[in-house]
Amino acid sequence: MSVHKIEPSEVLEARRDAALAGLAGAAPYSGHMGFAFFRQGDEITGHLPYARRLIGNPVIPALHGGVTAAFIEIVAATELVWRDVWEAVAVPGPAADAIAAGRFPALPRTLDFTVHYFRAGQPRDSHARARVNRRGRRFASVEVDVWQDSRDRPIARGFGHFMLAG
Amino acid sequence: MKPDIKPEDRLRIARQFISVLPQAQDIGMSLEDVGPGWVALAVEYDPRLAADAATGETHNGVIATLLDTAGGAAVITHPDSGLSTATLDLRIDYLRPAARGARLHARAECHILGRSTAHVRAVAFTGAIDQPVAIANGVFTIEREWRE
Repeated sequence: MSVHKIEPSEVLEARRDAALAGLAGAAPYSGHMGFAFFRQGDEITGHLPYARRLIGNPVIPALHGGVTAAFIEIVAATELVWRDVWEAVAVPGPAADAIAAGRFPALPRTLDFTVHYFRAGQPRDSHARARVNRRGRRFASVEVDVWQDSRDRPIARGFGHFMLAG
Repeated sequence: MKPDIKPEDRLRIARQFISVLPQAQDIGMSLEDVGPGWVALAVEYDPRLAADAATGETHNGVIATLLDTAGGAAVITHPDSGLSTATLDLRIDYLRPAARGARLHARAECHILGRSTAHVRAVAFTGAIDQPVAIANGVFTIEREWRE
């Protein structure tokens, strides 16, 4: 009979936080832009802290639409991979060690996405949450909302198709 | 921009338009060429903008920002355009990766311009334009009056 050793909660939570931070910072571009994630349980929310260099229209001023599009794509792709990372770090072992060493599952390939812009992004922090509408064997269809002050007033919504890694 | 504008003035005005966009400056974007209702932009390769340090491929976010900027600039340079523009929607198809070290180009044209909206198609490429890394279609608003 195997004895199941109970892991202290803080050890498990620290490993989950480290895995998410590692995943979020894996792309040099994400680090440059400042894309980050918050986590509650297994739910993750993208966070884009405001910076002057993210502005696209200096007159209004408004966030660059391309930055919003990039944020949407990253939050969608991260959501798809996060499920696998979450399971990999659930218990100590080789899978969790690989994540800790920075060996993440390959990100899905973006096939296409569409962004609907609802209102200009203000010069303040943005948040984004993805919803996986369908995850098949090869393809996934993901929707992402981006908001600033209130989740009820999204500034943009994106819809994308991704090809899942092998 | 007025239809009778001199090509060198159009280039200067469009270059000015790009140079005041903080995000365009942040990722090293520049104007290569411009005409009535079309622009050619480029982004220099920068490893800080890679999707993956190992492959060095440029992140799709850079491509999206380049295509969106090119779309807006194509609208602004149209002879019948208004004072400003904003993206209403943008669809991007990603066709192949943008290789390490490759300068990224985009060409956008405003092919339909109405009173309130403009329709744009754009292509991003690293080598030949007929082997694009991404293609895009967008609808942009036309602002004909200054509003609060």
